[in-house]
Amino acid sequence: MVEQHRFGNVLPHLILWIGILIVAFPVYVAFVGSTHEPTIISNGQMPPWPGAHMIENYYRTIFVGTSGTTREPVGTMLINSFIMAMVIACGKIAISILSAYAIVYFRFPLQMTAFWVIFITLMLPVEVRIYPTYKIAADLNLLDTYAGLTLPLVASATATLLFRQFFMTVPDELVEASRIDGAGPFRFFKDTLLPLSRTNMAALFVILFIYGWNQYLWPLLITTRDEMQTIVIGIKKMIVTADAITEWQLVMATAMLAMLPPVAVVVLMQKLFVRGLVETEK
Amino acid sequence: MKRSVFTHRLLPYALLGPQIAITIIFFYWPAIQAVWQSFLLQDAFGLSTMFVGLENYATLIGQPEYYHTLVNTLIFSALVAIISLSLALLLAVQADKPLRAGGVYRTLLIWPYAVAPAVAGVLWAFMFQPSLGLLARGLREMGIDWNPLLDGNHAMTMVVAAAAWKQISYNFLFFLAGLAAIPRSVLEAAAIDGASPTRRFWTIVFPLLSPTTFFLIVVNIVYAFFDTFGIIDAMTAGGPAKATETLVYKVYFDGRLGGDLGGSAAQSVILMVMVIGLTAIQFRYVERKVTY
Repeated sequence: MVEQHRFGNVLPHLILWIGILIVAFPVYVAFVGSTHEPTIISNGQMPPWPGAHMIENYYRTIFVGTSGTTREPVGTMLINSFIMAMVIACGKIAISILSAYAIVYFRFPLQMTAFWVIFITLMLPVEVRIYPTYKIAADLNLLDTYAGLTLPLVASATATLLFRQFFMTVPDELVEASRIDGAGPFRFFKDTLLPLSRTNMAALFVILFIYGWNQYLWPLLITTRDEMQTIVIGIKKMIVTADAITEWQLVMATAMLAMLPPVAVVVLMQKLFVRGLVETEK
Repeated sequence: MKRSVFTHRLLPYALLGPQIAITIIFFYWPAIQAVWQSFLLQDAFGLSTMFVGLENYATLIGQPEYYHTLVNTLIFSALVAIISLSLALLLAVQADKPLRAGGVYRTLLIWPYAVAPAVAGVLWAFMFQPSLGLLARGLREMGIDWNPLLDGNHAMTMVVAAAAWKQISYNFLFFLAGLAAIPRSVLEAAAIDGASPTRRFWTIVFPLLSPTTFFLIVVNIVYAFFDTFGIIDAMTAGGPAKATETLVYKVYFDGRLGGDLGGSAAQSVILMVMVIGLTAIQFRYVERKVTY
């Protein structure tokens, strides 16, 4: 700021680089682990630099799978994770924007009740109601289905509140103007409100895609068949308690593949990500 | 509320329909069931159930294991919050300085947010794996008999490291936003008065940052309570000898593996009350004061 530092800004740069190294270190180790032979890893001889078996390991991970209990190749798990993340993200955005539209732009009996019914769900995370929710899903025959995997996670108060807040800032003149033009509620929503919400929807999508991709407890309960597994569940099942059998080179390749899509989303859409994160926490 | 609104008899209900339906089926109904089940006792074979009132709660509170898990959860949450908040603050203060290539640092520090808790657990488990992990080997060379499979403290260290690592990026982003909101003029005035950078930090920056810090403490506690399930399940499954079992993990373990649905439901209800409390704090005291 005001002082002239003799060493310029060396110290802040140094601290930041140490921070980056600490943050990146586990991922680097995972990458190194995914490029070596199993024997060198299980002997505890893994060197801190990449080996020569990368292509072979990743090929086996994606198309063949481990030889242990979960024989499903990781390719299938990636597809499941992708479907789950997309359905949760798009589903949440769709149902929340509709309900926020109803709450902000209409007057009807039970309006406040509807708002509170949605708002209170903020206080009921899936972790505190797992077994009863599981039982309902089982009664509805939703075990091992994509609907069961996604539907219970699709309702959320955060997205609705975010859209509600945004709609409140949209000037009233816009409704009046489109009414004079003879537009009904459908036209106004489609031609005015949706285009205005585009940035908000994109920011929310980034956050919700990561949320959906990273789900663990719910998919763990609802999927029993191997071919329905998501990658985040599959990777945990690859670690066998007896160390000798765990094929760490494949586990680490799976870890890299499990991180790639959500991390890419954050890095490539950084602006939208930061916006979405700050907005949803308000 | 809006001045100009549409009047339509059925449309608003149709628009609300999907969300309300899912909310009732998958949120309210299970929550009510959890409360109801917490008053019931099932026999070992699940053949008969009877109403026992508050007995499940009484049994739970009478259990030393429950206190053990509660204390574990508190230690775990406190460590995760302190470590990840202080590292994030240190990094955010550096990144807030006018540096060349400042944006690059942000990109390189925020991505762990996107790593799934279970995957973060697997990464750290690999490094700390007693016989082959890179860090475990280092610790052994330093003369530490590292074995998280047997030693509860070692296991706790491991889960705290993974959980704190994952949360640094989140805290970093919010601290950075908080720091950006502090008016430069105040800092310049203090600098002209001859206050050293350290003094400026503790007397101006840190107090002005306190709403952000407070907000983050609440968020970090919620994170450590609920979102770390994947980390613990992937790394230790609550072991060894329940040394890393948190309250959420115990609900899962007792209900699924232990088959004690009534006790598990009673624990769920207690957790629900805690979430409601934390959310209320977040809204009452944090909402209005935090500036982004």
